[in-house]
Amino acid sequence: MRALTWHGKHDVRVETVPDPQILNPRDAIIQITSTAICGSDLHLYDHYIPTMKSGDILGHEFMGEVVEVGPGNQKLKVGDRVVVPFVIACGKCFFCQRQQFSACDNSNPADNADMSETLYGYPMTGAFGYSHLTGGYPGGQAEYVRVPFSDVGPIVIPDGIDDEKVLFLSDILPTGWMAAENCQIQDGDIVAVWGCGPVGLFAIQSALVMGAHRVIAIDHYPHRLDLAKSMGAEVINFEEVDVREALVEMTGGIGPDSCIDAVGMESHGFTADNVLDKAKAAVGLATDRPHALRQVILACRKGGHVSIPGVYGGMADKFPIGALMEKGLFVASGQTHVQKYTEPLLKLILEDKLDTTFLISHRLPLEQAAHGYKIFKEEQNTVTKVVLHPGMTQVH
Amino acid sequence: MAEKISHTQYGDAPLSTAHNLDTTGVNEEEGLETQPGDHLIGRTVTINRPRQELYEFWRDLRNLPLFMQNIHRITVSDGNRSHWVVEAPGGRQVEWDSILTQDEPGSLLAWESVEGASIRNSGRIEFRDSTNGRGTIVTATIVYDPPAGNLGRMVAKLFEKEPHIQARRDLRRFKQLMEAGEVATSSPPNPPPKA
Repeated sequence: MRALTWHGKHDVRVETVPDPQILNPRDAIIQITSTAICGSDLHLYDHYIPTMKSGDILGHEFMGEVVEVGPGNQKLKVGDRVVVPFVIACGKCFFCQRQQFSACDNSNPADNADMSETLYGYPMTGAFGYSHLTGGYPGGQAEYVRVPFSDVGPIVIPDGIDDEKVLFLSDILPTGWMAAENCQIQDGDIVAVWGCGPVGLFAIQSALVMGAHRVIAIDHYPHRLDLAKSMGAEVINFEEVDVREALVEMTGGIGPDSCIDAVGMESHGFTADNVLDKAKAAVGLATDRPHALRQVILACRKGGHVSIPGVYGGMADKFPIGALMEKGLFVASGQTHVQKYTEPLLKLILEDKLDTTFLISHRLPLEQAAHGYKIFKEEQNTVTKVVLHPGMTQVH
Repeated sequence: MAEKISHTQYGDAPLSTAHNLDTTGVNEEEGLETQPGDHLIGRTVTINRPRQELYEFWRDLRNLPLFMQNIHRITVSDGNRSHWVVEAPGGRQVEWDSILTQDEPGSLLAWESVEGASIRNSGRIEFRDSTNGRGTIVTATIVYDPPAGNLGRMVAKLFEKEPHIQARRDLRRFKQLMEAGEVATSSPPNPPPKA
């Protein structure tokens, strides 16, 4: 089959690779119809994430048609159209049973789990196409993909619903939704969102659906701020004003009740070199550059909520722990428990209460995936989301 | 009374977590006989399955290669004696006989290698109900005496540089198999050459 493979910094190629096969009873093989490039894929593209190997297939936002199911799968059948969560979860462990799917104990192969146990204290879950830290599972920017525990993750989509309406159930829509849910929005609340990339925009939309009184969005790309505005947010361009002072003034001196960091480490990234060794030392080191997060914590009102969907991987220097403690902030974070949200969010999509299609700026054949990465990285103002289609022959 | 092998001198933490491991305080009643210089590995996981089911799966020693990566084959010659064939680096194999020294159905299994084994080793696996309804707490403890010379270096590789690693990986796979019904993997056993 054809697949987008990683070979090093800014070196991704569409190549012919072996077809995936059923390896475990609960597996399924999906023929991909739509697969997106995620903002977090750029961390791989820029080689900020350790434990990548040449030839790894990328992609964790995908959907398609079931073409084969393992003997232990009682849920899916050949021909089902499904969206697949980026988090791989067994559904049976302590964490899955509490719907903390992104903490699943059983989906990261035992040999890979050592690395995250060293970094984070406990082994983390498996995920598609996102380094060997999360299991080394081949991703879905390909013609076919093997889906482990396919009786837990994939959600079946009713006939007649376009891919584009539901594709983002795989990651960014639940991620934006959980970011807003972590704010525990009350009547009258003002929510500030740092970063108007896909997750930030979906967080804005979600906060408004959840009843936020006002949402204030912060970015510097004019087109992304326009999108935020069109969704009902007020906007701040951080290149024009002092963000914290602007937020103080725009909230009557109280400050935003909740602040969402949808930026993460990506603006500067964390240096991958020796992350594992450094984590062991854990003294006076910095790997992540949490500029946005510092601003989030300082700007949040006393007793407010800080929600961190943005990705961090290592250690942060000059973290404002005093502001966090003295103001009594509530902090919630984590990789998204996608499987918890797919059903309710699909319902909201089918009821037209959530729309995700506005985000897609580019549709490309899988064969042009490398070009998709390049423009997504270099033209962030206008390239808001790239969706790839295997088999598609021309750009439209 | 001898100090319990399973606990440190002060506090409630297990001995396997001690900064300086001293295995001279041995409680033979617990089935672990140690000598100075022995290595001790301990690891605990909680498995969301009934205690009896986990015990029975483990009690059938032929199941162990399903989740213990280095074990090639275990054959049971009679009820208590088994023959272990373990993969070693360089395509070699190490073999020994082992005797089941304790068997408390539903809660405990202990074994030790017979006299003259190339790697003298003993171990125990305990199954306890968690007191907060989270399934079964499984604790594996392995004591082994690394031999000297070439074989010693091979054994060090076999158990890997950090002796905890193999035990914790094996226990993770046991947990995966018992809870999820399969051992998680991300690559085919023998990936075909690229087309």
